Amino acid sequence: MPQRNRDSIGNILIVAISVCLVASILVSVAAVALKPAQEANRLLNQRQNILVAAGLLAPGQSTSAEGLGINELFDLFDVRVVDLRTGEYAEDIDPAEFDQLRSARDASRSRRLSGDEDIATLRRLENYGIVYLMRDDAGNVEKTVLPVRGMGLWGTLFGYLAIEGDLVTAEGIAFYRHQETPGLGGEVENPRWRAQWEGLKLFDDEGRPAVELVKTRAPEGSDARRHQVDMLAGATLTSRGVENLVNFWLSDLGYGAYLEKLRQGEA
Amino acid sequence: MSSPKEVLFSPIFDNNPIALQVLGICSALAVTVSMVNTLVMCAAVIFVCAFSNLFVSLLRHVMPSSIRIIIQMTIIASLVILVDQIIQAYAYEVSQRLSVFVGLIITNCIVLGRAEGFALQNGPYISFLDGIGNGLGYSILLLLVALIREPLGAGTLMGYTLFPSVNDGGWYIGNGLMLLAPSAFFIIGLAIWALRAWKPAQVEPAEYEIAENVQYKEAI
Repeated sequence: MPQRNRDSIGNILIVAISVCLVASILVSVAAVALKPAQEANRLLNQRQNILVAAGLLAPGQSTSAEGLGINELFDLFDVRVVDLRTGEYAEDIDPAEFDQLRSARDASRSRRLSGDEDIATLRRLENYGIVYLMRDDAGNVEKTVLPVRGMGLWGTLFGYLAIEGDLVTAEGIAFYRHQETPGLGGEVENPRWRAQWEGLKLFDDEGRPAVELVKTRAPEGSDARRHQVDMLAGATLTSRGVENLVNFWLSDLGYGAYLEKLRQGEA
Repeated sequence: MSSPKEVLFSPIFDNNPIALQVLGICSALAVTVSMVNTLVMCAAVIFVCAFSNLFVSLLRHVMPSSIRIIIQMTIIASLVILVDQIIQAYAYEVSQRLSVFVGLIITNCIVLGRAEGFALQNGPYISFLDGIGNGLGYSILLLLVALIREPLGAGTLMGYTLFPSVNDGGWYIGNGLMLLAPSAFFIIGLAIWALRAWKPAQVEPAEYEIAENVQYKEAI
């Protein structure tokens, strides 16, 4: 049998096309077949982060102390979309379909922030935001969880801030994605540091966002201490970033208008 | 022709891809902060290396030599995407932490190096074993690095606390250097030193001898 010329143009084309076809079929089949599992994971992970911020789950756990799973716990929440500009609910948007981060990149559903406004270095702010509400048996809001994000040192920190029923006191904070230095800024995940947020007063008496990250907290029982959390040792820029992003999302640019309405029971 | 056993086990100590061939260092720095990440990464590299060797070896008689590197990269890239998709579907948290590094197996020199250097000249079975062997050689060094970095850096191993760290109310002050990539350089360097002290055959002959200092008189 004569040896086929391996390096002829014809053979090169045949081999290249068949290898590419087989490879692309393999990759597409894997991508399509595994997509549902990946989507489910993504959703479960997002819900877990919300529950961790709300203090219903310990970090890294998938069942609560009462043995409830992530989805069971998440069902306790009422998910709504809020128009950040007015603080009203946007009834025409389906919360299950709404992707807040994507809408922040969409020019028709977001706006550019000016330098003075943009303390959390977001560049663009979406018009609509999502909120997770947990109500007690009487229908009063017991917990509110807000998505927050903002620049740290190396990149954007993504997290959830949970607020108690009085809409002034923090319940907890949890960052689920960040690029801060391990051991320094990366300590935003530290449970002992996060524990300081519980009971923190997010607003001052005039209703302005007043969270401070400080080197030394004011003495126990003093007025100032109610708004203070320790800075992270060796992570000045991460700490400032956290302070700015929390105050930004609580201001009228963020969820401030909505929280005010909710406090008056109008929303 | 070497025996299958030799092909499988010699890359572990005698011809370690990281320690002797000094390939694949980049991911060794990036993923070894924690043991769990390292284990998943090692499994991914063993899988990709073994199957890319197998497929390249099966195609070695039809592959035109002018486009062989592109074909090898296509095979490797497809396998890597496959692994990445599987990890995202079944080990979501680890995939978040490994982020881009699974994708970067495509550029891991070990995989292409074995496909080009071994699988093109050898049969499918022996190439497959060579892929597993080199994957294991890569893994053993990575596991060693992770075994040092995670406890010294964070006081944990596989996420379980070995030394309770100061940040969590214990006594251990984590070594921040161990959490950063450069520490892996030191550990890999020390490991290569130890390996070559144990197996002196791996010591490379000096490429040149350093001359005596030039004397003042010679300059005139």
